[in-house]
Amino acid sequence: MKKTIITVVGKDTVGIIAKVCTYLANNRINILDISQTIVQEYFNMMMIVDLGTAEKPFDTISDELAQIGEEIGVIVKCQREEIFNSMHRI
Amino acid sequence: MINTHEVVETNQMIEKENLDVRTITLGISLLDCIDADLETLKKKIYDKITTVAKDLVHTGKEIEKKYAIPIVNKRISVTPIALIGAAACKEPADFVQIAETLDAAAKQVGVNFLGGYSALVSKGMTTADEMLIRSIPQALAKTDRVCSSVNLGSTKTGINMDAVRLLGQIVKETAEATKENDSLGCAKLVVFCNAPDDNPFMAGAFHGVTEADAIINVGVSGPGVVKTALEAVRGESFEVLCETIKKTAFKVTRVGQLVAKEASKMLGVPFGIIDLSLAPTPAVGDSVADILKEIGLEQPGAPGTTAALALLNDQVKKGGVMASSYVGGLSGAFIPVSEDQGMIEAVEAGALTLEKLEAMTCVCSVGLDMIAVPGDTKASTISGIIADEMALGMVNQKTTAVRIIPAVGKKIGDRVEFGGLLGYAPIMPVNPFGCDAFVERAGRIPAPIHSFKN
Repeated sequence: MKKTIITVVGKDTVGIIAKVCTYLANNRINILDISQTIVQEYFNMMMIVDLGTAEKPFDTISDELAQIGEEIGVIVKCQREEIFNSMHRI
Repeated sequence: MINTHEVVETNQMIEKENLDVRTITLGISLLDCIDADLETLKKKIYDKITTVAKDLVHTGKEIEKKYAIPIVNKRISVTPIALIGAAACKEPADFVQIAETLDAAAKQVGVNFLGGYSALVSKGMTTADEMLIRSIPQALAKTDRVCSSVNLGSTKTGINMDAVRLLGQIVKETAEATKENDSLGCAKLVVFCNAPDDNPFMAGAFHGVTEADAIINVGVSGPGVVKTALEAVRGESFEVLCETIKKTAFKVTRVGQLVAKEASKMLGVPFGIIDLSLAPTPAVGDSVADILKEIGLEQPGAPGTTAALALLNDQVKKGGVMASSYVGGLSGAFIPVSEDQGMIEAVEAGALTLEKLEAMTCVCSVGLDMIAVPGDTKASTISGIIADEMALGMVNQKTTAVRIIPAVGKKIGDRVEFGGLLGYAPIMPVNPFGCDAFVERAGRIPAPIHSFKN
């Protein structure tokens, strides 16, 4: 399992989750956990996904997700889980 | 599983508080390049560096992408060149040729600095050591990315005052040789007492002879992160203050450890150490001075500064040590003037003087760093300043350093501009009284009594 954290931050609009999830489904990326809040009209989403079954390399997925983010006016960021584990777990 | 709060906290540190990995430094041993023929030596050096480090920059960028954490610098340190060039170099100009080779290799692999144009002369100078030292002004004037350092003393050996005297002149000559660029050469020359073999930070990085063929050392940073964490505990007790710094240092260091391990794996080079330094940059919000202010000082340099810095330095180490399997290098808070916006402001406000900075260096890593002084400061005065700082290191069994810029043609009230990470610095006043007769004495200062522990 290659756990990766996807965060989406930006102004709330219709179809953010749909667009991101469609991309993930098309690329055989399984979603393990998803949480979402809206703070002062700002959309804040975090997903934990598994890139283990994905065919594309991390780099490409990260770039393509960022591209989708640009199209809908939000920032989509892809990070390997290890950075959070190292920082927040002993 | 990781929760939203933790993800947001990490990304806020990266995006808003300037959390970054300051440098991945690849140490490369050049001992196997030694040759009596200068041309052959140069070729071997160039080939070795461009082979071992060929993937360094690319690997750094890949790791940046994977974790979305900026890795500001990718650098190289090499075995002290005085040792490598000893058999081949007959005059200082020969050493300059090696510096040019190093510069070409650094440019080829795309690193922004290469350290190790160095000599270790804490007790005595060989002929080659002296030639290398005498070649420093030209070497730094003719290259862009080469950094130079000289170890002038240690707790075990005492202080080599002949070398201290010589370095006073060399610093002046380096300033003169690079006067067209605000004496920029001096920003790439640092002198040490108790220089560590595994320091990843420039200008003082070199690959010590105690090290393996190649090694990855990583310098973390994050003054902005500590500052922000402290904003939440204003007015709280020292216990709360210290706990907060410690926890923050832990988190910052863990990121460095992750990056170091990853770089080590990808490059097939063993991991050496994490340097736990709080290294500021001229960027707003990336300042050690701002942490001192947050702790409760109106300006760095105010009474209480040394105590606040001692506390900060100690807590950073305590948090960092737990976060990494190996720590080393300089490990502590850096207090350069030109590279820290808050320090610059403190100097300009008249709060921070050379003497207070000297006191501060007793309790934190490194020393008088990136300090610009009037261009007419005498060589003997610079040697005196160096000797003072070396004495602090020798007696306190710690690393100390001096990186001082006697900016040619500049006087108090002026300012030197280096640009980029090196920043800018106001010219600071120097004590006008002389120390010529002291510096003129030949020989060395003996090691202190507490160094004899056998």
